[in-house]
Amino acid sequence: MTPLLEIEDLRVSFPTPTGPFDAVRGVSFSLGRERLGIVGESGSGKSLTGRSILRLLPANAALSARRLTFDGTDLLSAPTRTLRALRGSRIGLVLQDPKYSLNPVMRVGEQIAEAARIHGGVSAAEARRRALAMLEAVRIRDPERVFGLYPHEVSGGMGQRIMIAMMLVPEPDLLIADEPTSALDVTVQMQVLAILDDLVARRGMGLIFISHDLDLVSSFCDRVLVMYAGRVVEERNARDLAGATHPYTRGLLQSLPRIDDERAELPTLSRDPAWRDG
Amino acid sequence: MSGVVGWRARLLSDTPASGREAALGRLYRGWLQFKANRLALVGLVIVLGLVVVALLAPWLVTHDPYRQNLAQRLLPPGAMGHLLGTDEFGRDILSRVIIGARVTLYIVALVALIAAPIGLIVGTAAGYLGGAVDAVLMRLTDVFLAFPSLILALAFVAALGPGIENAVIAIALTSWPPYARIARAETLTVRKSDFIAAAQIQGAGTARILFRHVMPLCISSLTVRVTLDMAGIILTAAGLGFLGLGAQPPMAEWGAMVSAGRRYILDQWWVATIPGLAIFVVSLAFNLLGDGLRDVLDPRQAR
Amino acid sequence: MSGDGSVTVRDLSVRFGRGSQAVHAVRGVSFSVAPGESFGLVGESGSGKSTVLRVLAGLNQDWQGTATISGLDVASGDRRLPRIAQMVFQDPYASLHPRHTVDRTLAEPLAIHGIGDASRRVEQALMAVGLGPGFRFRYPNQLSGGQRQRVAIARALMLEPSVLLLDEPTSALDVSVQAEILNLLHRLRRERGLTMLLVSHNLAVIAHMCDRLAVMNRGAIVEEMAVAALRRGEPREAYTRQLLLASLGYDRAVAASMVSYD
Repeated sequence: MTPLLEIEDLRVSFPTPTGPFDAVRGVSFSLGRERLGIVGESGSGKSLTGRSILRLLPANAALSARRLTFDGTDLLSAPTRTLRALRGSRIGLVLQDPKYSLNPVMRVGEQIAEAARIHGGVSAAEARRRALAMLEAVRIRDPERVFGLYPHEVSGGMGQRIMIAMMLVPEPDLLIADEPTSALDVTVQMQVLAILDDLVARRGMGLIFISHDLDLVSSFCDRVLVMYAGRVVEERNARDLAGATHPYTRGLLQSLPRIDDERAELPTLSRDPAWRDG
Repeated sequence: MSGVVGWRARLLSDTPASGREAALGRLYRGWLQFKANRLALVGLVIVLGLVVVALLAPWLVTHDPYRQNLAQRLLPPGAMGHLLGTDEFGRDILSRVIIGARVTLYIVALVALIAAPIGLIVGTAAGYLGGAVDAVLMRLTDVFLAFPSLILALAFVAALGPGIENAVIAIALTSWPPYARIARAETLTVRKSDFIAAAQIQGAGTARILFRHVMPLCISSLTVRVTLDMAGIILTAAGLGFLGLGAQPPMAEWGAMVSAGRRYILDQWWVATIPGLAIFVVSLAFNLLGDGLRDVLDPRQAR
Repeated sequence: MSGDGSVTVRDLSVRFGRGSQAVHAVRGVSFSVAPGESFGLVGESGSGKSTVLRVLAGLNQDWQGTATISGLDVASGDRRLPRIAQMVFQDPYASLHPRHTVDRTLAEPLAIHGIGDASRRVEQALMAVGLGPGFRFRYPNQLSGGQRQRVAIARALMLEPSVLLLDEPTSALDVSVQAEILNLLHRLRRERGLTMLLVSHNLAVIAHMCDRLAVMNRGAIVEEMAVAALRRGEPREAYTRQLLLASLGYDRAVAASMVSYD
């Protein structure tokens, strides 16, 4: 079976007064119907990598890759129309902050229903039914009431769940989730992750889960890429993240406080310039 | 050469050695950004030119701007040593435009010095204190805002009597309300912020927070707005002069000069056109400068 | 150093809004923190934990009950309170004045309280939080998130308080920077005998930093316990157990068993 997504030598750079800044420097991976985690700190290029797949980059960014294909479609050369057709129907994107992704003058329920209709000739009544079912699936109590609210009337955590519902209702083949649960309480986070988990297991959706939370990624994903300064420095099976060999990954893991340990001092990371290239 | 490189490096350094150096570095970075905008630079050059001309006016004039010579009235530009011609009393127009720059600058500076601080204090106090203070101050602002400013200025001048000082007071009194609105809007965005909360926890009093923490954040958007308004102030002053309610004869004020020249507009076009051009160029320059300042000081408002 | 640094809260209630729209953000919360102790308030968003902290910092004036710091009534607005308790905020990008240099930010509390010798004190404070003198005249936009938080901590220490109120001090920071800030807070507490009241949604951070903790839900304290008991996995209440399980990472079975405690 061919992979759902193939990326080879992905590069993103931005012009600055002192010359181009390379934010992503030669990232390669392929994704099947699995949960792939991308972890890294701010500025590691993990979010840009995710956005590159949909070519949703700032206007001044320069994107290049030897290969960037989704299910046989070359995303690099695809015309905007093709991309637009893919976005939202076959490839979903969930961002950390729902503020920028929801239309402020449209009821949230209608936005979800519209997403359901884009997917394929369902009636308005059926779209509404699916939207309500999806709101319920993301653990929103009283979906009927929430359906009629405007984005400014919902809390951050609820907006995040609405956003996830909107992205999941067209049943995409690939979901790119950039810190999708960071704004949520841990208990809600668990429940939302369970929904994503089910979609991967049941429907064979591919999931790219971008996060700064190593523990979460290692417990939720199948495979993990660790990014540092625009490069993938380590790739591991998620369950095996504790056995990481790269000093950066090891440093990150060790610097996390844990409930069950009594270290007074946390080891801090001393960054080795060689990591940029290795 | 190395000296120039040296101070540039120091200004752009990430480790300034004193508060003054930090502030200068910040200014220099702003200047680098401003410099990239050609039109704004043109505006700045013209405004600086105006200031220089106003300062050096007595030495720049070729003739006594007030001396009448009825034998040489309404001469065209270039005739008999009058570069820009003469007006209906035979006075040299170039010299009068140069002296007029002083009047214009005087009006602009005085209005800015009166209106901007009033607006700043009213707006920040209303925004920060909220409640009844806000309601009273902002309704007062609304009352002033509701009058067309030229009409209100006319009323003031009519009450106080014509003259340049009264024109300035009238314009200042009508131009502070927009500044109060801007300052209030800025204050509302910062008053709930953590750094204001931090100042409160440290025990800072209301006046201290207003003057040292809130106002510095309002000043940049206010500076932009005042600069953009300069053109309007010049036009209002010229309008008052034109109507005979501002500068009184024989004072060389551009608006009054246009007014006096309009009788000859068909046959001796230069008498009204040249001071009119001066008004146009200076207003445009302030607008260009304001646009450039906005890009640097108030990135949110920029295009 | 001023006061003994104890914190007492009795029957604290906070309501936002009026009438039927009123939200009961904090409902009858009581706890006390001994001098030099580090106490954690943990809970999910909307649990009221930050509101409790803001009441103690004097940022919220509309509340019922009693709250004292070093025996001083918080409601009295006593002028000595700023020199006893100071606060560090969650977002270091929002808590520093964008137009003030580090020097001005740190000298401001000294100026307010008429304390002299500002220059030396500012340099000492920078040193104490691990920033060199090179940072003294920078603006916040010339600092990284971790450096900003260090400046915010230095600012809180300028008046040499005995109590530090910490509102999610590391949740806006990267993992490796979080470790540095937690270590710094640990060291400062040890060196200065500070009382700390730490609010966080992260049980691991609370467990790392605190001696005791209270778990809050919907404006009330669910249970109070020693961190040692948390480490042994011995919470008494079901809510705390669920919070603990959810903090340990994703587990399909755990996710299915989640119950709402609203």
